Amino acid sequence: MRTYLRLFVAGFRRQSTYRLAAFGGLVANTAFGLLKVALLFAAVRTSGGELAGYDVAMMSSYIWISQGMLGSVNLTGRTEIADRIRTGDVAVDFLRPLDVHLASVTTEVGRAVFALIPRGIPSVVIGALLVGMAVPEDPWAYPLGAVSLLLGIVVSATTVYLVGVSGFWLLETRGVALLYMVVSGFLAGLFVPIALFPDWLRLVATATPFPAMMMYPVDVLSGRVGGAAAVGLVALQVLWLVLTVAAGQLATRAGRRRLEVQGG
Amino acid sequence: MITPTIGPIIETHDLGRDFRVRDGLRRRTVVAVDRLSIRVEPGEAVGYIGANGAGKSTTIKLLTGILMPTRGTVATCGLRPMADRRRLAREVGVVFGQRTQLWWDLPVRDSLRLLASIHALGRVAERERTDELVERLELAEFLGTPVRQLSLGQRMRAEVAAALLHSPRLVILDEPTIGLDVLSKQRLREFLIAERSRHGTTLLLTTHDMGDVERLCDRILLVDRGSLVYDGTLAGLSRTVGAERVLVVDLAEPTPDLADVPDTRHLGSEAGGMRQRLAFDPESTTAARVLASLSDRAELVDLAVEEPEIEEIVRRIYASRR
Repeated sequence: MRTYLRLFVAGFRRQSTYRLAAFGGLVANTAFGLLKVALLFAAVRTSGGELAGYDVAMMSSYIWISQGMLGSVNLTGRTEIADRIRTGDVAVDFLRPLDVHLASVTTEVGRAVFALIPRGIPSVVIGALLVGMAVPEDPWAYPLGAVSLLLGIVVSATTVYLVGVSGFWLLETRGVALLYMVVSGFLAGLFVPIALFPDWLRLVATATPFPAMMMYPVDVLSGRVGGAAAVGLVALQVLWLVLTVAAGQLATRAGRRRLEVQGG
Repeated sequence: MITPTIGPIIETHDLGRDFRVRDGLRRRTVVAVDRLSIRVEPGEAVGYIGANGAGKSTTIKLLTGILMPTRGTVATCGLRPMADRRRLAREVGVVFGQRTQLWWDLPVRDSLRLLASIHALGRVAERERTDELVERLELAEFLGTPVRQLSLGQRMRAEVAAALLHSPRLVILDEPTIGLDVLSKQRLREFLIAERSRHGTTLLLTTHDMGDVERLCDRILLVDRGSLVYDGTLAGLSRTVGAERVLVVDLAEPTPDLADVPDTRHLGSEAGGMRQRLAFDPESTTAARVLASLSDRAELVDLAVEEPEIEEIVRRIYASRR
């Protein structure tokens, strides 16, 4: 356990060495945040000040929390484990007395949690100062929101890991990663809230782990969903965590038998 | 804290591994390792040599549970590498000359701490072992430097420290001296010799460097196309292929070809006979004896002995088999 904690810290510290990249990320997040403000505020206003339960303040919370999570939730499909399998460096991982799956996910989560400092929190602060946002009245929304946020980050890491280990079977995982990027951002609710989806598409989204990565934490943190319903969303995140971890364990075990590292 | 093993530290029976590679649209099977049966006892130092693509790295990955064998059986430290991978990882340290096990963007010190934690070393054991390795591999000057900023020689020393931090019983080195300058090679070899005499560590190394084999190994395993073709001492290997040494002498004045020196073969003369090359077989004479006979015939100014290249020996063995 202590070992995985150290790996978490290592991921955190590694990310801390890339300050300029973090700053660049924040600038991009803010620019796209303002674009989302322009589009989504207009949509709320044209439908008479409320759209699918969102007023302008709530929409602002959605925009800036989701933008802030972008540095921590992996919606690109690209992972270190995919590169390590492709280059054969994964051989080194198998030389350690560690569960390769858990070690990989822990390091990724450490990196992601660090990104909240230079990208997550500033993004929300900038949004609040520029356009204002709704804050939850229920004090429980904050601790529950923090738990939901962390679960979102972890589910993102355990799900995208599955894309990475497809490299045990596929020679090239960039196609899968690209597909993941297109689908995950949309279904996670990055572009518009899932509540704005047509019914059938919302059903499709909730059948995937993607809303658990971003939409649910945003709903809990912004206070849009509160009380028992919020606890329900967190429970759903836990369910996706269990499913993706189980799949990751199976895939790693099966993939290891297929591993081909020739030469070097 | 070295647990005594009963039986060999490495034992394989008819071990084999195939790879499927794409050849245009068709797939074909490449046999990387085939019918490999070897046995290494605790404390041995074994040089595992062969041409590129002979299956050396694949064998290492089969021994350590990274790759699954296609055929045959393998036991390392009495464990089954695939099934007992994590237990085996505590007994074995591997240095891949071409891959890093350090965290690229963290200082060396952090990588060593992480590895100590990964191997669940106690605080005291961690400090003692780290201090020992830092001193003997001379890491102190760059402990705080991120790995990506190290020179190759520094990185290799850090890699060796990382692989040996948990005091493994078996140390496997895959091309450990590749790309290193003479001094760095020398230091690394001295360290490995000391480590072995102190801790009784078993060494298995692949290399293209004759110096590594001569200085470090008391046994050679030679592989060709995935199969073992020689198992014995280096001297025995040289004997098998008749590896001659070449004595190059610079003489004080132009001299006719020295074709009559006992137990030697005149290879050629340069600069009007001021430089001459003589081959001799170390089994039938010595460099000293050849020199003695030479100085009766001419005045020597300078000399050099050329060692046979490992590639040359390997090539001759391969040629004799084909």
